[in-house]
Amino acid sequence: MESLSRNKRLDIEELLKDLECYRPKRRGWTWREPAPNLKMGSFSYRDCSKPVEGKSVPLITAHNFENIDPQPQPVITTEIASGRFEDDIRRMRMAAHHGADHIMVIRTAGQSHFDGLIEGSPQGVGGVPVTRKQVRAQRKALDLIEEEVGRPINYHSYISGVAGPEVAVMFAEEGVNGAHQDPQYNVIYRNINMIRSFVDACESKKIIAWAGMAQIDGAHNANATAREAWKVTPELMVQHALNALFSSKAGVLKSDICLSAVPPSATPGPCVYMDLPYAVALRDLFSEYRMRAQMNTKYIESSTRDATVTHVLNMLISKLTGADIQSTITPDEGRNVPWHIYNIEACDTAKQTLIGLDGLMVLVELKHGGPLREKAREIKERAVLFMEEILEAGGYFAAVEQGFFVDSGFYPERGGDGICRMINEGVGAGTVIKRAKDYMAPVTAHYGYNNVSQYDPAAAGDPASLIGGCTFENPEKIIYIDELDETDNVNVRMRENQKYRDGSILRPEMEWLADGVVQVTMFFPAEKRIAEAAAIEAGKRMNLQEVSVISREIMHEAEGTRVEIRGKFPFDIDASGLVIPPEPEIMSDEEIREEIKRRPMSVVCATVGEDEHSVGLREIIDIKHGGIEKYGIKVHYLGTSVPVEKLVDAAIELDAGAILASTIISHDDIHYKNIANIDRIAREKGVRGKLIFVAGGTQLTPEIAVRHGADAGFSRGCKGVHVATFLVKRRGMS
Amino acid sequence: MNRTDDFTERREHLKDMSDARLRDYFWELVEKAVDPLLKLGYENTSPSIERSVLLRMGFSSTEVKPIVEEAQVRGLLCHGAGNIVYKLAKHKGIGIREAGLALRDGRLWDETAVLFEEG
Repeated sequence: MESLSRNKRLDIEELLKDLECYRPKRRGWTWREPAPNLKMGSFSYRDCSKPVEGKSVPLITAHNFENIDPQPQPVITTEIASGRFEDDIRRMRMAAHHGADHIMVIRTAGQSHFDGLIEGSPQGVGGVPVTRKQVRAQRKALDLIEEEVGRPINYHSYISGVAGPEVAVMFAEEGVNGAHQDPQYNVIYRNINMIRSFVDACESKKIIAWAGMAQIDGAHNANATAREAWKVTPELMVQHALNALFSSKAGVLKSDICLSAVPPSATPGPCVYMDLPYAVALRDLFSEYRMRAQMNTKYIESSTRDATVTHVLNMLISKLTGADIQSTITPDEGRNVPWHIYNIEACDTAKQTLIGLDGLMVLVELKHGGPLREKAREIKERAVLFMEEILEAGGYFAAVEQGFFVDSGFYPERGGDGICRMINEGVGAGTVIKRAKDYMAPVTAHYGYNNVSQYDPAAAGDPASLIGGCTFENPEKIIYIDELDETDNVNVRMRENQKYRDGSILRPEMEWLADGVVQVTMFFPAEKRIAEAAAIEAGKRMNLQEVSVISREIMHEAEGTRVEIRGKFPFDIDASGLVIPPEPEIMSDEEIREEIKRRPMSVVCATVGEDEHSVGLREIIDIKHGGIEKYGIKVHYLGTSVPVEKLVDAAIELDAGAILASTIISHDDIHYKNIANIDRIAREKGVRGKLIFVAGGTQLTPEIAVRHGADAGFSRGCKGVHVATFLVKRRGMS
Repeated sequence: MNRTDDFTERREHLKDMSDARLRDYFWELVEKAVDPLLKLGYENTSPSIERSVLLRMGFSSTEVKPIVEEAQVRGLLCHGAGNIVYKLAKHKGIGIREAGLALRDGRLWDETAVLFEEG
């Protein structure tokens, strides 16, 4: 497949061709390369990584800063799994351009209990069925996307459930770069038998080690599950430690073992005061391991604003204590499976926050004494006591049977409500088998007893040599299965929405191509229940289908409620029938200068009405911003809050060729009213015919400005050259 | 179990430890907890591990399932599914894939079982 082109959609049909022959470019995890003392634009950075070499989308304000796009040091994660992997690929490309270099795929509900690999491309629920075809297609897409962006992209999913070792093998074969692997997750949250989980985990970890994957644990789930999440800190440390040392002893490098560390509390608690000592304690005890800074999901509600603030506070903790991977939870996670736009928002939030906090630790340092260190010490001691009691109880399995984990007490306090699992119960109980003396497995990255010598003592160090190498050495031995289900697969889905694929027919979209989903935010001056019902009614009258409320916030019990609804917009939009205003014309600097030299021109300009905004207009006129002065146009600037009549009078008095009126405040359409007034006054004074009248403002729609009497309107993004071109062209016509 | 927070009493033996000592002690305890778990993995296997071995030997997910299931029924899985396929291939002088596919199809199992009889 050819490399991606910036202004062309990724061709999914093309991507899916010849998958049976595709091999990933590389395996193993990639960290970002530090760029100490990076200089970009007018700034120096202290904690940034090497800028991307290819294309990226900078932060929204970057146009004020020469469009620089500095990249923070931590790898940035985004979780993408809408249930249709083909649509997720497009989202992955967008996310990579917004700064994500760790793409994590959540598995479909129930995959943990699936005894074997799933094949093909069935649609998922709450995630994607992770299959060889899906993994291969997405890794292939990311191989192209990373070339376009110019930075390696890590691809990641889950090695858990009752088929962990098989999933691990498939991931290693397919170039997956990172994985969640933590047998405690199986035991506690998936009720998979604990013996089976730990025996399988040994094999999975050995494979993870061979493939050089980064491994992330599952401890953050204790935070998400516990009743009072901030009390779970000693247990979080214990869970991190058990998986970390277990993994290291199974062969994974400590530098590839990442703790899924989560700030456990949230506002309105004093969360930084509570979370910071915990983060410090964690980094004290686990300095040899990596930190993957997870964000808090326990306290996400349906407000995307509230979630975003929580996550920014989480990243303050990351900045103060250090993080190797920064996770980004989408702010809509509290109300739906994440939508495209919120993955991108979350990536931007992380980039914006971490860049904004660049150099923080050069300016400040954490106190060496006081409550910070005292509390950190206390949490560590509590974790030590927890470990002591696990051993006293008879070890890990006995502790699980006795309900040590996910207890609501702040250990050693116990609430008696922990999750209990029995050693001989759970999914897969009784399936573990003792290896016989002649037990043998002729493959690479196999954990444990392996009697290869019975066949060839020389093969003891390389069991796969018995069969001339396994799939890890000879990937051509991998047997690829395309599809097993004729009705539930990507080909069927893509046939159904084929007409939307080339972009000529459009529908709004939140997660799947042409899903039609839109959200509408509104306010009703009514109490919550009435406002919700009214919002649904409003959605229906907008012709939306399947309308439901996804968020509500009380502004005041009686005065009103903010409501967000989602619905489906059931119409197609034919892109060829759209009326698209032409791009503004631009003459060259020389052409404009020449015209003005030939026939000089003066203009009067002001911000009109009761409006003190001056920045936009100054950018249009000032020579230092590339404004119209630079072409030799004589500018009479009258200032801000200038009455419209005074502006017209000044134009007459100075015999100006044009009026430039800036009008920023748009409340109650005052900007258009000002425009209409200037036009009217100029007509009343009999000068409208010889004056060019240009209106500008950030909230102004050019066509509407013209309807209200201006000769042209200029809005956000316009520069001096656009205005000068218009003035010269317009004058030429008269 | 319900218990009020007795941290102050419980920590008596920890309170005078330096941070470094506390940290070492923590990891000593963790090691004691994980070593038996690693031993368990060393000495045992599971259907998923055995399927993962066959995958690495060049079989597909749909091919490995019936092989491991039949090996379990016949009490042969303790020798290793890879061993079963390997030993059969060697014994018959056929390729690994040929041997595995025969087993997948339910053939040659009796012959295979004999190969693993003690003595």
